Amino acid sequence: MRDTVRFLKGGEVVELTDVQPTETLLDYLRLRRRETGTKEGCGEGDCGACTVALGRLMDGKVVYQPVNSCIQLLGMIDGAEVVTVEDLRQDERLHPVQQAMVELHGSQCGFCTPGFIMTMFTLYHAEGQEKSRKTVTDWLAGNLCRCTGYRPIVDAALQSCFDAADDAFAWRANETREVLRALMDSRDIYIGNGDSFFASPASIDGLAALYGQHPDATLVAGATDVGLWITKHLSDLPKTIWLGRVNGLDRVEETPTGILIGATATYAASEPAMGRISPDLAELWRRIGSKQVRASGTIGGNIANGSPIGDTPPALIALGAALELQSADDSRTLALEDFFIDYGKQDREPGEFVTGLFVPRPDDNQVFRCYKISKRFDQDISSVMGAFLFTIVDGEIAAARIAYGGMAGTPKRAFAAETGLVGAVLDDPSTWSTGMKALLGDFTPLSDMRASAEYRMETARALLAKALMEASGTDPAQIRVLNTREGSHDRAA
Amino acid sequence: MTAPLDPRTAEPQTRFVRKDLPHDSAAKHVAGTATYIDDVVEPVGTLHIAPGWARKSVRGKILRLDLNAVKAYPGVVEVLTAESIRGTNDCSSAFGDDPVLASDEVLFYGQVIFAVVAETRDAARKAAQQAVIEVEPITPIITAEDAVAADITVLPDYQFRRGSPETGMTAAERRLSGVMHIGGQEHFYLEGQIAMAVPQEDGGMFVYSSTQHPTEIQHTVAKVLGVPDALVTAEVRRMGGGFGGKESQANQWASLAALAAQVTCKPCKMRLDRDDDMIMTGKRHDFRVEWEIGHDSAGRIRAVEINFLGRCGYSADLSLGINDRTMFHADSSYFYPDAAIRSRRLKTDTCSNTAFRGFGGPQGMLAAERMIDAIAISLGMDPLEVRKLNFYDGERNLTPYGMPVEEFETLHELIQQLEASSDYWARRDAVRAFNAENAVLKKGLALTPVKFGISFTLKHLNQAGALVHLYTDGSIHLNHGGTEMGQGLYQKVAQVVADEFGVTMDKVRITATNTSKVPNTAPTAASSGTDLNAMAARNAASEIKSRLIAFLCEQHGCGAEAIHFGDNKVLVGDKSFSLGEIAKQAHMARIQMSHAGFYATPGITWDRESATGRPFFYFAYGGACSEVTIDTMTGEMTVDRVDILHDVGHSLNPAIDLGQIEGGFVQGMGWLTTEELVWDEHGRLRTHAPSTYKIPTASDVPEDFRVKLYESRGNPAETIYRSKAVGEPPLMLANSVFCAINDAVASLKPGVVPELNAPATPEAIMSAVHKIKRAPAARHGEPETS
Ligand SMILES: Cc1cc2nc3c(=O)[nH]c(=O)nc-3n(C[C@H](O)[C@H](O)[C@H](O)COP(=O)(O)OP(=O)(O)OC[C@H]3O[C@@H](n4cnc5c(N)ncnc54)[C@H](O)[C@@H]3O)c2cc1C
Ligand code: FES
Ligand code: FES
Repeated sequence: MRDTVRFLKGGEVVELTDVQPTETLLDYLRLRRRETGTKEGCGEGDCGACTVALGRLMDGKVVYQPVNSCIQLLGMIDGAEVVTVEDLRQDERLHPVQQAMVELHGSQCGFCTPGFIMTMFTLYHAEGQEKSRKTVTDWLAGNLCRCTGYRPIVDAALQSCFDAADDAFAWRANETREVLRALMDSRDIYIGNGDSFFASPASIDGLAALYGQHPDATLVAGATDVGLWITKHLSDLPKTIWLGRVNGLDRVEETPTGILIGATATYAASEPAMGRISPDLAELWRRIGSKQVRASGTIGGNIANGSPIGDTPPALIALGAALELQSADDSRTLALEDFFIDYGKQDREPGEFVTGLFVPRPDDNQVFRCYKISKRFDQDISSVMGAFLFTIVDGEIAAARIAYGGMAGTPKRAFAAETGLVGAVLDDPSTWSTGMKALLGDFTPLSDMRASAEYRMETARALLAKALMEASGTDPAQIRVLNTREGSHDRAA
Repeated sequence: MTAPLDPRTAEPQTRFVRKDLPHDSAAKHVAGTATYIDDVVEPVGTLHIAPGWARKSVRGKILRLDLNAVKAYPGVVEVLTAESIRGTNDCSSAFGDDPVLASDEVLFYGQVIFAVVAETRDAARKAAQQAVIEVEPITPIITAEDAVAADITVLPDYQFRRGSPETGMTAAERRLSGVMHIGGQEHFYLEGQIAMAVPQEDGGMFVYSSTQHPTEIQHTVAKVLGVPDALVTAEVRRMGGGFGGKESQANQWASLAALAAQVTCKPCKMRLDRDDDMIMTGKRHDFRVEWEIGHDSAGRIRAVEINFLGRCGYSADLSLGINDRTMFHADSSYFYPDAAIRSRRLKTDTCSNTAFRGFGGPQGMLAAERMIDAIAISLGMDPLEVRKLNFYDGERNLTPYGMPVEEFETLHELIQQLEASSDYWARRDAVRAFNAENAVLKKGLALTPVKFGISFTLKHLNQAGALVHLYTDGSIHLNHGGTEMGQGLYQKVAQVVADEFGVTMDKVRITATNTSKVPNTAPTAASSGTDLNAMAARNAASEIKSRLIAFLCEQHGCGAEAIHFGDNKVLVGDKSFSLGEIAKQAHMARIQMSHAGFYATPGITWDRESATGRPFFYFAYGGACSEVTIDTMTGEMTVDRVDILHDVGHSLNPAIDLGQIEGGFVQGMGWLTTEELVWDEHGRLRTHAPSTYKIPTASDVPEDFRVKLYESRGNPAETIYRSKAVGEPPLMLANSVFCAINDAVASLKPGVVPELNAPATPEAIMSAVHKIKRAPAARHGEPETS
C-alpha cells in the first residue's frame, strides 16, 4: 500500500501525500504550483488550452501523449513524467516547436498557444509519423484556436515536428526511463480515509475487493466523462477509484477470431487493432474526441457510461461484441447490446465493473461499414452514428446486424431493418426497400441541439443506403466527402 | 480627405514598418510566460466570485430568492445582490438597460441575480448552486418571428431610402423575393471573461479587466461603485481574444469584481466558467432577412427592398451601431439604383447580442450575395458575371446612404486578378463536369467580393491618444489607448514609433493599456485600432523628436536637415551620438521628453438623423473564391480549395496582416458552416459549451488555401503609412464558402433558387436539398421566386 502519488516533473520526482479525490491536474499546476503557463479555456476537454504531455513507459520506451489537464485527476499522473510548457525552454533557448511557432507567426492572442506547443511536443517525440498535413491536423484536432485560422500552426508543426527528436527530453531519455521504471510498482495507492479517498488498485482482485467494499465509489478510467462531472456539474465525488494502474486491465490482444480489449485500454491503444478489422473503424476511432481524449478515454468507459451517443458501442454491437463484467465474487459475459437497458440504465450490479470485451473479426463473406455524422468532422459528438455488418451469400444478404447511436436512449440495434434486409439482392436496389422502410419502425429519435428528429431519421436511412451501395460495389470515393477507404472496393464475394 | 495615391517610388524609408516582425509577445506566448489576467500574481487574501442565476427560468418576476444556504456554504465571505450596489445598478454602454444584478425580474436565461464571494473559486461556484429561486414564469419571446408578432423592439426602426424602390420594382423586367435566416455566432475567445479588482486608498479601485474598452470599464465601475471616474483605473496588457465580445460585455464582470472588492475591502477576482460565459454574454446578431429585388434580363439590378429583422436580445447594448452597419453593408459591392433598406431592432428575452468582428456588416453582405445568386440562378447565368455586372463603377458609384465609392477600380482590379489566379472559369467547367458525373456528391464554386467601410459610424469614437516618454538612457516608453487582443496592434504601433525615433525595436517598451495614462479612449474595435493609435503614437513621437531637433539645432548651430535619427544613433552633421546621450543632454537643458499624442480621423461627416454625409474614411477590399463538395445524402460538406486576395493598402506588417486575413476567413467560415446556436422551445441556450458549439478545427481549413495580399498602390486616404485596416473585413471573405454551398445545392435543379439558411450545417444543407428536390422545375425564361 502506498499513500502517495509520485511523478516526475522538471527532472525531479515529486511525491504528494495530499491528493484530493477530485482535484484536477490543471488546478494543481495553476493553483498549487503557480505555474500559469498552462491555460484553462473550457474546463471540459474540448479546447486543448490546458494540454500537457504525460510521458509513460510503453514497451520499454518513454512515450509522450497529450492530455487535457483540466479533466485529468491529479492522482492519474502517478508514475508519469508531467511535461508542461514551462519545462520546454533550455537555458532560455526555445524548444524547436516553440521556435517554429514564433518564426511562422503561429500565435496571435497566444492563449491557445501553450496547449498547441504541448501537443506539438508530443508529435515531435512520436515515432514513425508520416510527414503530412493530415497527420498534423489529426494531432491538433483537440486544440482550438480562434485567432489564426490554423494555417501557420500547421506549418510550424510540419517544419518542426518530423525530424528525429533532439531536445533535452531526448538527451535524457535513458535517465527518464530509469526513473519512470522505478516509479512503477505494484502497490495499491490509497490516500484518504474510509469516507473520502483517492485509490488506485494495482490488481483486478484488489479492485474487486475495494469496489465491493465501497460500491458507492466512482470508478475512474480516463476521466473524460468523470472529469466533467467535477468541473461542470460540480459533483462531490468523495471516493474515487482510478483503474489506470490495474494490472492486465488494459490488454489489447489480437486472436485469430477477434480482439480482446481490456476495459482500460485507451482509444489510442486499441486503434491499431481495430483499424486492422476495417478502415472504417480506424476512421471512427480517429474521429473520437481528439488525441488528448483518445490518450485518456477508454473503451470500458465509453461502454460503462451508457451514453446513447457513444461512438464505439454501435460499431461493437454490429460486430457482435461480448462484454465481460466482474465483481468481488462473480464474473459474467453478456452480449454488448444487452448491457444497455434504457437511457441511464445498464445491466451492472453494485460492485460490478467492466473488465473487457471480445470483438469478433468479420468473416470473409461479411461486409462491415460504419459512418459517423456530426456538425464538425473532428472532435465532435455524433448526431447519428450507424454501423452495419452484412453477411453475403450468393450476392444476397443472408443476415444483417445494424446498430445506431443517437437514435434512441441507448445504442440500439435496428431489428426490423435487419429482418427486412434478409434476402435483399445487392445488385438490385429495388429489393432493399423492405429493409429501408422497416428502419422507420425501429426508432423514434429525439430532437436536440445536435440534430432534429427528422434529420436523424432520414440520415439513418441514408447511412443504411450508403452501406448497401458500398456493399454492392459502389466506390466509397463517389459517395463520401471524407473518403478514407481509398481504392478499397471490398465488396463481399 | 483623399489625397493623390502615393506612388511606390515615394515610399518613405522605413526599417521596421512593412517588415514581417513577429507578434510583440510571440516568444512569451510559446513559452507560457505571457501574463493574462488569471496569471497575474494574486494579492494575499484575494477572494473569488461566481455568478448566481436561475437555471430553470428564462423570463419572469422573481417571487422568492432564498440565499441562506449560499451564505452558509463553507468558504463564503459575502453574497452580493442588487441591494449591495452603492452607485447605479447598470453596466450598459449607453442605454441604461443592463442591470449588473437583476433585482425583481429575470429578463433572459442566464441573467445574473446574485454573486457569491468566497475564499476559493470552487467554493463560490458550488455555493452559487445552493440558492432557492422562484420565478413567476411568463412566456418568453425568443425568435425574431416572436418579436415581430409582439411588435417589440429595443430601439426605433431605421431606414435608408434612395430613389423610388416601389417604382423601380414595378418597372423591373423581373422580380425575385425570398426570406433568409442568418444565424448568430458565439465569440469563443479562448480566454473567457475575467476581471480582478484591487481596492485602493480613498475608495479607489484598480481593475484588471480583459476588455477591448478600458475607458468604459473605468466609467462603468465608477458608476456602479458610486465614485468619480478619477478614482478608478482600468488596465489590460493583453486579452486571450476579444472579437467584439469584450467591447461592452466585459463591463458586468469588472463591475462585479469591483463591487465585491468595495464591499469586502479585499482584492476580488471573477473568472467566468466557459458555460456561464457562453450562456450569459451576447453574441453576433442573428437575422431574418426579407428581400425583394427587381432586375433586368441581363442581370442588372434595378431596385432592392430589404427588411433586416435583427434579434438584439433583452437590451440595446451596441445594437444601434451594429444594425446600422448591417444596412451600410446591405449593398456588398453592388450598385442599387433604387433602394429601401429597413432595419428593425427586435427585443427578445435572450442574452443581449453584441459586437462581433464585422459588427453587423457580414449579415448585410450575405443578404446581398443571396440576392445576386438568386438573379444568376434564375437567369441561368454564372453568379460571378452577375456580381461583376452590378459592381460599383465610375458612374454608378453612390451607395444607398449617399457615400461615393471612389476606389471602385481597386475592387475591379482585385476581383479580376483573383478570377485569373483562382482559374475560376476552368474550375467552373470542372465543377460542372463533376456534377454531371456524380449523383450523390455535388461540387459548388463561388467568388465573392468584400468592401468594408472603415471608421466608427458613431463619429466621436474616431479619436485616439498615445503617451510616449523618452528616458535619459534612450529607452522609450510607449502607451496608447488601443488594446491588444492578438491582432498585433501593439507591435504595429511599436514599429511605427521605432522608425520615428530611428531606434531598434528593443528600445521601445510596449506597456499595458491603462486609463490613467491615456484617458477617454474609444474601444479597440471597428478595425480602427492601428489607424487611430499608430497615428496618435506617431504624433507623440514626432513631437518629442522635433523638440530634440530644435534643441540640437540650437546646440550645434546647424539646420534641421543636418540632423538624422537612425540605427539607435543621432547624427548631427558628421558627429554621431547615441539617442541616450542626446536624451541626457536634452534633459539637462530642461527639454520635455514626454508627449501625449492625439489623432482624430478627418473627413467623417455622417449625420444619422438625416442619414446624410460620409460615414467612412475609406473602404477595405477583398475577394475570395471557394470550392466545396457536399454530400446530398447526409448534408456533410468539405471546403476543398480557397483562394483569397485581400487589400490592406501598404501593409505595416504583412505577416500580421496575413494572420488577420486567414484567421478572419476561418472564423467567418465557422459562422456560416459548423457554428450553430440552438435555443430550445423554452428559450434556453442549449449550445453553451465547445462540446455542442463547434468552431473550426485545423482539419476544417482547406489543404489548398492560397492567401495573398493585393499589390496595392497604397490607401488613397491619408492613413498611417498608407495602410488599411484589416481586423474585420476578412471575415466576410467566408461568404464565398456559403455561396459555394448554395451553388452546389443549386446544381440539383438548374433555375431553382435554393433555400439555404446560415449556418450551413449538414442538417441545413439537407433541408435545402430536400426543398429543391421537391420544387417544381424552373420554367425556362420565367422568373422564379424562392
Ligand atoms: C472533448 C471530448 C470529446 C469526446 N468525444 C467523443 C466522441 O467523439 N465519441 C464518443 O463516443 N465519446 C466522446 N467523448 C466521451 C468520452 O470520451 C467517452 O465517453 C469515454 O469513452 C469515457 O471513457 P473514460 O475512460 O474517460 O471514462 P471515465 O470518464 O473515466 O468514466 C466514464 C463512466 O464509466 C464508468 N467506468 C469507467 N470504467 C469502468 C469500468 N471498467 N467498469 C465500470 N464502470 C466504468 C465510470 O464510473 C463513469 O461512470 C468525448 C469526451 C470529451 C471530453
Ligand atoms: S481547458 Fe479546454 S480542454 Fe482543458
Ligand atoms: S492565438 Fe488566439 S486562440 Fe489561438
